[in-house]
This record gives sequence, structure tokens and C-alpha cells, in this order.
Amino acid sequence: MILDGKCPSGPLSEKWDKRRSEMRLINPSNKRRYKIIVVGTGLAGASAAASLGELGYNVEAFCYQDSPRRAHSIAAQGGINAAKNYPNDGDGIYRLFYDTIKGGDFRSREANVYRLAQVSNNIIDQCVAQGVPFARDYAGYLDNRSFGGAQVSRTFYAKGQTGQQLLLGAYSALSRQINAGSVRLHTRTEMLDLVVIEGEARGITVRDMITGEIRSYAADAVCLCSGGYINVFCLSTNGMGSNVTAAYRAYKKGAFLANPCFTQIHPTCIPVSGDHQSKLTLMSESLRNDGRVWVPKKTGDNRSPREIPEEERDYYLERKYPGFGNLAPRDISSRAAKEVCDEGRGVGPGGRGVYLDFAGAIARIGESVIRQRYGNLFDMYERITGENAYRQPMRIYPAPHYAMGGLWVDYNLESNIRGLFVLGEANFSDHGANRLGASALMQGLGDGYFIIPYTIADYLAQRTPGTVTSEHPEFRRSRDERAVEIKRLFSINGRKSVNDFYRELGGVMWDYAGLPRSEESLKKALELIPRIRAEFWENVKIPGSGSELNQELEKAGRVADFLEFGELITLDALHRNESCGSHFRVEYQMPDGEARRDDENFCYVGAWQYMGADKMPELHKEPLDFENIQLSVRSYK
Amino acid sequence: MNLTLFVWRQKGPEDTGRLERYEAGDISTGMSFLEMLDVVNDKLIKNGEEPIAFDHDCREGICGTCSQVINGVPHGPEGKTTVCQLHMRNFSDGDTIYIEPLKSKAFPVISDLIVDRSALDRIIQAGGYISVHTGGVPDANTILVAKHDADTAMDAAECIGCGACVAACPNGSAMLFLAARVSHLAMLPQGRVEAKRRVRSMISAMSKEGFGNCSNHYECHAVCPKGIKLSFIAKLNREFIKAFGYVAEKDSAARPADVSIAD
Ligand SMILES: Cc1cc2nc3c(=O)[nH]c(=O)nc-3n(C[C@H](O)[C@H](O)[C@H](O)COP(=O)(O)OP(=O)(O)OC[C@H]3O[C@@H](n4cnc5c(N)ncnc54)[C@H](O)[C@@H]3O)c2cc1C
Ligand code: FES
Repeated sequence: MILDGKCPSGPLSEKWDKRRSEMRLINPSNKRRYKIIVVGTGLAGASAAASLGELGYNVEAFCYQDSPRRAHSIAAQGGINAAKNYPNDGDGIYRLFYDTIKGGDFRSREANVYRLAQVSNNIIDQCVAQGVPFARDYAGYLDNRSFGGAQVSRTFYAKGQTGQQLLLGAYSALSRQINAGSVRLHTRTEMLDLVVIEGEARGITVRDMITGEIRSYAADAVCLCSGGYINVFCLSTNGMGSNVTAAYRAYKKGAFLANPCFTQIHPTCIPVSGDHQSKLTLMSESLRNDGRVWVPKKTGDNRSPREIPEEERDYYLERKYPGFGNLAPRDISSRAAKEVCDEGRGVGPGGRGVYLDFAGAIARIGESVIRQRYGNLFDMYERITGENAYRQPMRIYPAPHYAMGGLWVDYNLESNIRGLFVLGEANFSDHGANRLGASALMQGLGDGYFIIPYTIADYLAQRTPGTVTSEHPEFRRSRDERAVEIKRLFSINGRKSVNDFYRELGGVMWDYAGLPRSEESLKKALELIPRIRAEFWENVKIPGSGSELNQELEKAGRVADFLEFGELITLDALHRNESCGSHFRVEYQMPDGEARRDDENFCYVGAWQYMGADKMPELHKEPLDFENIQLSVRSYK
Repeated sequence: MNLTLFVWRQKGPEDTGRLERYEAGDISTGMSFLEMLDVVNDKLIKNGEEPIAFDHDCREGICGTCSQVINGVPHGPEGKTTVCQLHMRNFSDGDTIYIEPLKSKAFPVISDLIVDRSALDRIIQAGGYISVHTGGVPDANTILVAKHDADTAMDAAECIGCGACVAACPNGSAMLFLAARVSHLAMLPQGRVEAKRRVRSMISAMSKEGFGNCSNHYECHAVCPKGIKLSFIAKLNREFIKAFGYVAEKDSAARPADVSIAD
């Protein structure tokens, strides 16, 4: 099937206005008759639920944490982009759009990205009005910084806690609607199924994580804002509970999953310290503004870093990419780090690390300036590693960080299942094959505050509200199936813990389907993943019962989905015979080792359809037409 | 290293709960405290016993989910550090460690180390926000904010809502939590408009939820993983006095009026 993104026609800059003026509206007095389910209370979910509740819809919001404020968006450090051009350095909507398309290696939809750049400015205005304490200069104006390889300063930030402050802003707006009674909040509630009736999303089935009760909620539309799936790698920078379950269950009900192989590996994380490792901690990439990345020139050089003389160090990013140096984009920096470690030049335990050295910067601008800029990061580094990065270089290593892929959506953020809308990291829409720093926060809030309120109205206006209840046979079936599934998990009573399988899966994904990938390694992954999955269903052990709080059961459900989803990532990576952005296939590279894109054959979104257990999923394509941009080689030399 | 743990086990709110003893062997200094518990749990699971339930998510010290009292101190011995960021190098071989849930009347235990902190959310819902609608706001640079005020607001806004302050307070007060929110918004011109209403409704919500009041013990600040300053409690009190005589009203604009469809 050829998929249609349903972008409006006309000039790029007028598309969104055009669509907005064409969309149907709902009479204010009728809005409360429509029920909308919002799964997730991160930036995307909280902003959507708050805005929809405020418009008068009847909103049910869900999250698995004990409070909406704890969604993983809280952990974002660096900042949020906008095209304000406050510093007068040549930025603007078109440039933000262009940078995002190019950063995504020309694998995203022009119209969506342009709209994102357009609403970026409204987001900043909205957040400031909510009381988000962005950094300011002495005159009281908002401050900006350059981030993640951008050549303009367009990133707004709140210390190193931008995500926290933006989420608290959205959480405030949500709290206000909860108080007003327009949003009902369900915390510690996990979505386990999407209910589709006659081709339309009509609700969800959830498990109450405290009592174990399986319940359903019916609605007129469902918004999935359940975040990214990068935890398929087991060790990642995401929160421990981040999962693919909500999205994957929707996939099993017919929603297409797009570009799952576009997984971002972040270059600056604290390396793994041992087998007990449970998660990886990101060190903000802003550190690369002042730190220099290097490894010893010789393999197996275990001298302490300060004993290695200048001429025996390889500042490989500066050497390979003189134009951008240490600020080269994420995918490029991550690959380069992994390469030097694979060559045996890595540092620290197991040779899985490279130095990020501040000695030069400290000599140039002084330790106090460095402390002012990155003090909290240096403290965090010391808390975790016990090392003082003012005295010796930091050790960093790439780690899985963000999912560009996700559920396929059209320009209206609606999936191929009518009435199922997908927002934030859970959808695939705006970042192509590689996301630029500070653009995920922008996308999540853009989707929730400024896009969904318009597009969902257009959908609902064509429907009579409240036509099904959760007693419909499809809902009953969904509940019964979930109960059977849970029973089955307990009945296995094997010998290995969920974590054992999760670690195994993560290891396979990282070694064979991570960065870089090859046909051979991917085929190996396709051989190994089903084996782990089969053993999981024969040998996993989950103590306790399903009718109480049971964290092992929760984890088992998520890992069971990852065990299927990992295979889909691998299939997608195997079919995409090109290298682009984060997806680097060793067979497809330029003589100088750079990614070789194949626009002739792969300039499309690959969206997969579930065809049944153990059946090959079917691939559908949405061709990407670039009307405004010339496809070019993404060079950062 | 090898450690002896005494961990609070409680099946549910009805159960009385008890400390149980566990041996944690082969713990490395590079582990985080929660990774140490992961190791203990893995062993329990394989022995067919129920693992220790504890809350956690980001494991980066920012989401505020993790919440344990370690050797009597919320978040444990290291200053300005959440449990998830506490590392085993702070302990020595042979140590005995007591692990309990956050204890407070307003935080009923759900299971083992997990408590219900939704009372904190309800305090925010009562008025801890600026009542702005989505859209229709001025350009972000229209209203200037002095750097000092913005920075102070940010210092207050760093609160992660973990509830350690409540558990540390002999009165079970949530004043530091409240103070952080009230001060953050009161420092900003955007938040001044509703300052009186906000402080009144939040304080009355706090009393309703069963939290106590501040009588200057300062234990809250001592355990706060973000080091939220005590001066914000003074600021809260000042804001409260300024709001004296103000009668709290409900935000009637939060939800669009139900227009009658009869016409
Ligand atoms: C360490 C870190 C730093 C980052 N820094 C930046 C940055 O500086 N700038 C930037 O732009 N981006 C950054 N990002 C990326 C950005 O934070 C995320 O992409 C973004 O916040 C995702 O928001 P979201 O609303 O889509 O999802 P999330 O915030 O992940 O929220 C997901 C929500 O869904 C709920 N949920 C999930 N599954 C279920 C289920 N099955 N049932 C019920 N509820 C469910 C969760 O409870 C949660 O409420 C960073 C990411 C990380 C990990
Ligand atoms: S788990 Fe998030 S603060 Fe500890």
C-alpha cells in the first residue's frame, strides 16, 4: 500500500494555515459530550490533555507513574529549540526547518517539519506565560545557547533541567484542568491494549498497578503519548519504565509502525561500570562545547590520561571533521567513538570509553567558569563514577537514547486507524533518521498544545459522541485476552528472572542491531531474538500474583513486547539498504567512511503492518517528496 | 562487599508490616543503591520469594519517584542526593543497613517501600499554577524578568516532589514543598496576579490532606536532594500574610461555560 501523509497543498509556509481554516469545528456546548483518552502525561500527553480539557472535552488521562510530573520528559537536560531569532544571528522559521530536515538526513516529511518550526515560537511564549523559569540575561530578556551542532543560538534552557521545567509547566496546566473536573487522572495505570471497533479506535484496556484489576475505558478518540521505545536496548538513557507496550499493542491492532530502525545513540553518556548496570546516564552534550574528545593513538595504551603526551593522543573528531570538530552531530560522534573503541583504543573498564577532556578549557578560561557552566554535570559524574573531572578527563561512551521511529501518523497526527492519534516521541513524524538536540521537547509540546486541539476536532466533528461503552463485546474480549495473557505468564514458573532475558535481548540488540549494523549482524540478531523469546515463554519466573502490586509482572509484560519488537527493528534495518542518519549499515558507506544514502530507492517512510504472530509483517511505503529542499549529502567535514 | 539489610515488608495498607533481614553479598562499590537492591531482588525471585517493591524510574535524581528512608534518613547518608544516585561507595563491608518507606500520615503505604504521595499532587491541583489558557499569550520577551528573580524562581522550581521533606519533618509538614512552588511562581510577574489566591488554596489543601505545619526544625532542608532553601518557607509565610483576608474563589474560567444548546 502506498501511504498518504495527507499534507495540504500549496506553498510550504501556508500549509498549516490552510489546513486549519479547512478543519471542522465543534460547538463549545457539544465538546463535553466527546470523551478523549490520553495515554501518557509527559510533555506531549500533559500538554494535550490540558489543552483538550480546557477546550471543554471530557478527558481521561493515564500514566504508569504515581504522578504525571514523573514522566520521562522530566529528565531532559539541554534545552528546547525555537526560531525566535532573539540573538539576531540569522535564525528563522525556514532555517530551523532546514536544519531539522538536514539533521534528519532527509527522511522526514517537509510539511510536518515546517509546521514544527512555525509553532516553535508559540511554545516558548506559552511556557513563559505558565511561569517556566528560563535562563535570562541581566536586562531581563531570555537567554539562548547553541546546542547540538547548530550554528545559531536558538536553544532556550532552564539550567540543566529544561525538561523538568517544561514538564512542570504542562503538569500545572493539567493540574488546573483536573481541579476544574475536565480531566480525570489515572496514575499507576498501565495501558495493555487498544480497542478498535469497525476500524475506529474506541478505547483502551488497562491494568490497575495497585490492585491488579483489568479495566477498560471507552471513548470517541484515543491519543497515545506514551514516549519512545529505546529501552529495547535494555540499557539506555531512558527511565526504567519507558516501554513500547502501548505503541506495540496498537501495532498489533493494526496501526502501522514506521521507521523502527531509526534509533538514536547519544555520544556522551557515562560508560557501563559492570554487569549490575541498570541504566545509563546522559551527560549533556553541551559539554562538547568546551571538552575535547580523544583516545590514545596506540592500542592498549593503559597509561593514565595525564601521562599520555599531546602527540600520542588522537583528537579524532577534530581530525576527521575539522569544520565541526567536537560538535559533530550525534550519530557521527557516536559512530566515531564506537569505531575507535572497536579498534582497541578505548579507555576505562573493558576499553568501552573515550576521554572528554576539559584541561585545555580550564587552562584557557579557568576552573570557575567551567564550574559555573557545568558544575551540576561534573557533580553528577563524580557521584556516579567517584572521579573528579576537573582533575582528570571524563570518560564517556555512546548509549541508546531516543527513538525517531514510532507509530505512523499523517499530517493530522492520526494513525492509519481512524481516531487513534499519536503524539510526541511515540510517533515517527518529525525527526527523520536522526534527531537534532533540543528538538524533541519542541515536538512533544507542539503536538500537544498547538496541533492536536485542531486536528482532533476535525475528526470528532464527523462523529456522534458516545456510541459505544466498555461493555461492547470487543472490550470484553480485550479484557479476557489480557487476563489470559497474565495467567500464562504466571503459569510458566521457570528459573530465570525477567531481567535475565531483558539483558540478553539488550545485548543482542546492541551488538548486532545497534551502531553500526550489517546484513550479517542483523541476520544474526534475527536468529537470536526468537530464541530468547522462546526461552522467555518457557523459563521465566514471576513470583506473586496478578491481583496485587507486582513489579515483576509489569516488567515481564514490557519485556515480552520488546522481545517481539526487537525483531521488527531488525527487519526494518535489514530492509533499508542504505545508510542514513542514525542508521549506519557498513555495506553502504562512502570511501571516506561516511554514510551513503540511497535517495533513488529509499526516500520513503517504511511503515510495517502486523500480520499475526510469527508471520512476516508487511511493509508499506510513504514516498517522501521534497518540493522545497534540494536533497544533498549531509556533510559535516 | 557484604551487607546485612533490614527491609520494611508490608503487603498492603491493611498489613502491619515488619522489618525483614536479608544478606546482600558481592556488592561492588560502583553500584547504585537501587542496583544493590536489584541484585537482592534477583536472588529472591530465583528462590521463588517476592522481591522488595520500591518506586523508581529515571534513576538520575530528577523524577522524584524513588523514596526510601535509609538508616533513618530519607534518601540516605549522602547530602543532596536521591536514593537512585546514592552509590555503594558510601558504605563499607559488613555494614548493616535499615531500609524503610517514607513515613507520614499523609503518605499511606501501598506495598513495602512504596507509598502513596498523591496528596502532593492534590496540593498543586488546588492552585499551584498560573491560570493561563493555551494560546493567545504575548511574545515571551514582552514581560521582562530581572535575572535575579528568574534565577531565584528557578532555584525554587528545582523541587522534584519526592516527599522526603515531609518524611523528615517531625510534624509531617509539606511546607518546603509548598514553599518551593509558591515562591517559584510568586517571584515571576506572570505569577503575581494570582499570588493571593494560590497561597490560600494551597495551604488549605495542605491542611486538608493531613500534613502538619512548620515549627522550624529544618529537617526538610537537611534531607532535600535538591537543597531547596529554607528562605523559601519564610517567603511562603510572607505570601500567606499578604493574602490575609483574601477569600479563595474557584477558578471559574478553567473550564468553558456549558452553553445551553436550547437556543
Ligand atoms: C536523559 C534525556 C535527556 C534528554 N534531553 C533532551 C533535550 O535536552 N532536549 C530535547 O528536546 N529532548 C531531550 N530528550 C528527549 C525528550 O526528553 C523526549 O523525547 C520527550 O520528553 C518525550 O516526551 P513524551 O511526552 O513523548 O514522552 P514521555 O515523557 O516519555 O512520557 C511518556 C508517558 O507515557 C506514559 N506511558 C508509557 N507507557 C504507558 C503505558 N503502557 N500505559 C500508561 N502510560 C504509559 C508514561 O507514564 C508517561 O507519562 C532527552 C531524553 C532523555 C532520555
Ligand atoms: S528514580 Fe528518579 S529521582 Fe530517583
